[in-house]
Amino acid sequence: MPATDARYAPVEDYAVIGDCASAALVGMDGAIDWLCWPHFDSPSVFAALLDAERGGRFQVRPKRAFSVERRYMGDTNVLETTFTTDTGVLRLTDLMPVAAPEAYRRELWPAHEVLRRVECVEGTVTVQVVCEPRVEYAQLAPSFDDRGKHGFFYNYDGAVLVVRSEVPLTASSGQNVLHGEQTLRAGDRRFLSLTYDDEAPAVLPLLGDHAQRKLARTINYWRDWAGQCEYEGPYRDAVMRSALTLKLMTFAPSGAIVAAPTTSLPEAIGGERNWDYRYCWLRDAALTLRALYELGYEDEGRAFFSWLLHTTRPTAPTLHVMYDVHGNTHLTERTLSHLEGYRQSPPVRVGNGAHDQLQLDTYGELISAAYEFVQREHALDDWHRRLLVSLGNEVCARWEEPDEGIWEVRSGRHHHTFSKAMCWVALERLLALHAEGYVTVPADRYRTEAARIRAAVEAHGYNEERESYVATFGGDRLDASLLLLPTYGYEAATSPRMQSTFARIHEELAQNGLLHRYPPDTDDGFTSEEGAFGLCSFWDEEMFARLGRLDEAREKLGETIAYANDLGLFAEEIDPETGTFLGNFPQAFTHVGLINAAITISKAEEEAMALYEHSVPQ
Amino acid sequence: MTLLALNTGSALLWGLFATGMLTLMMSASQGLGWSRMSFPYMIGSMFTSHRGRAMGIGFVVHLALGMSFALLYALVFESWQWATWWLGGGLGIFHGLFLLAVLMPMLPDLHPRMASMHHGPTPTRQLEPPGFLALNYGRSTPVLTVVGHIVYGILLGLFYPLGGGGLL
Repeated sequence: MPATDARYAPVEDYAVIGDCASAALVGMDGAIDWLCWPHFDSPSVFAALLDAERGGRFQVRPKRAFSVERRYMGDTNVLETTFTTDTGVLRLTDLMPVAAPEAYRRELWPAHEVLRRVECVEGTVTVQVVCEPRVEYAQLAPSFDDRGKHGFFYNYDGAVLVVRSEVPLTASSGQNVLHGEQTLRAGDRRFLSLTYDDEAPAVLPLLGDHAQRKLARTINYWRDWAGQCEYEGPYRDAVMRSALTLKLMTFAPSGAIVAAPTTSLPEAIGGERNWDYRYCWLRDAALTLRALYELGYEDEGRAFFSWLLHTTRPTAPTLHVMYDVHGNTHLTERTLSHLEGYRQSPPVRVGNGAHDQLQLDTYGELISAAYEFVQREHALDDWHRRLLVSLGNEVCARWEEPDEGIWEVRSGRHHHTFSKAMCWVALERLLALHAEGYVTVPADRYRTEAARIRAAVEAHGYNEERESYVATFGGDRLDASLLLLPTYGYEAATSPRMQSTFARIHEELAQNGLLHRYPPDTDDGFTSEEGAFGLCSFWDEEMFARLGRLDEAREKLGETIAYANDLGLFAEEIDPETGTFLGNFPQAFTHVGLINAAITISKAEEEAMALYEHSVPQ
Repeated sequence: MTLLALNTGSALLWGLFATGMLTLMMSASQGLGWSRMSFPYMIGSMFTSHRGRAMGIGFVVHLALGMSFALLYALVFESWQWATWWLGGGLGIFHGLFLLAVLMPMLPDLHPRMASMHHGPTPTRQLEPPGFLALNYGRSTPVLTVVGHIVYGILLGLFYPLGGGGLL
């Protein structure tokens, strides 16, 4: 069974570091097993995550056997891994340097950098270093050019990787792997740096005290950013880690947020559910925007909304399911057959074949995001208005078509209840914006179409026999996405139909405190089974809060948060029996779900408290 | 053979055009991954550490330098009393080789932010030096640089005479 392949660490053993343009996964063994440069969706530099033999890694670890503890340094994305050996204790600090904009004006910075500090804090420890870049998804391994004090240079395709290290390194006989070994005593400290530059001469990274200052700046950058968070509730640590992870996965130049920094981590070991998530989905636009605004990150909210509209403008009124960080839609899926896949779970895919699917729910999600934006910013540009109205007209024209639905199934198009309901949401939000004077829509037409959609959903999307809204019109299968109907204002959580739907979903989709997105035997185009969806589990807890069942909401949220790894990170899916992470990691929308669940519970608590105080005689 | 007198306006105009073409070719080679030689960035980073500003300043200064060099080319044409595309191309070969073999190795001594060839980087000098023939910026860099300057020279040799007679 490949699930036990010792060459691969469990997904939950990884941490993520990043610089708001690219990200790396760092294992508990001090190995960077995944890194794509210069952007999240660029070809990999290290890909041992997807092929332990060929992928390449950058490892710093003790030579002897060790035990590991790790943490992020407070509210930062700077990772600290502590190795304890029988001779001493070694601490490894990993970061991708970032700083406030002024810092980039004062001195030269490499375009991207991974900075690693290794220090012996107790006793004596021999540290081993291996650096083996395998660029272009491990299809290239040109040799290093040793330029002495300037470091090792690795030129390829107009880009250059530079490795500089205070641990002496030597190139292997094949010249494409760097090795180093040095014994450190308590108090000894060494820096190692790997940088990337392209289309220009490289900026050589500095080590020693300068690197120490860069570490301090990076810590300050993240702490300053984290300090803006306005959430102070009981789940602060989990919410803060989620916010920091979201920020790390935000592509700063455009404001886009990638779903995950990885591709093809399998949703089922040995199965075929391997997808490239290094793109930006419209699906969770409104919920992401809500999370950013509720936490007080208005700049990020504005940037994300701006990206949403600028990205969708060229193809409007047609919306694509996903876009890359620059807004491109040409995401043709291909298979990298030379990589064996995580735990021998091929295929490794890059690009995403779902990019040209029809998902009618995205109209509702995008227009809801616009509505959320207007409630906060009280403004819309002229072209925003025109774009939104064109989307509304498209909804009127197309809502009766079948689509692939929110889960991007590859079993053909159906009339998905959630998609139809979100079409209703799209028109209702536009009518609300019309009433508030922000847009001018053909109101009578929108009202008529919205009424028709609602009638269709209530007639065909609700199964009287099952007493539940169902995944598809006339069907009998459940779907966790229907828990979002109250979130988007389609139906009150307390309505009889919604309450019975909630009960059915719990009966059939819940397992060990987690929720599956749909029944395991659903025909989604694949035969393999998948895990429970972290995101759906958080929707579940929001429903409890909306129903006023606050104790259960808190209890369930606590249970779900307990499934996070030791650093507070979530993958897309969780095996409810073992707690093992499945799918791409870390997953932005799972963290969005966590933030929104915590906020919804806090708001419900405040409302309950206000109601109580109001009802108590003064 | 065409008899000419120095025409400053023509030299500057076609110098601007030829420098634009040279910049276009070098930028295309960077974008295609053939070389990391970036004249605008190398020049602009002499004035500022800010990457974006360095590119802007460097672009303007490079254009000005290209126009100045066009005056030198024009003087050569005038002194020989003739100008053809192949003479311009020949000057371009000399120009490109001089740049690669003489100026580039000297650059770390001239550039305030470029690391020395003989010492490690320092807080004020971090830019990768070009090395002999600028080979550090990619193996194709010498060829692309010379070809770019040949094109620069050919354009001047072709179009400078169109401006008519000058001082000589």
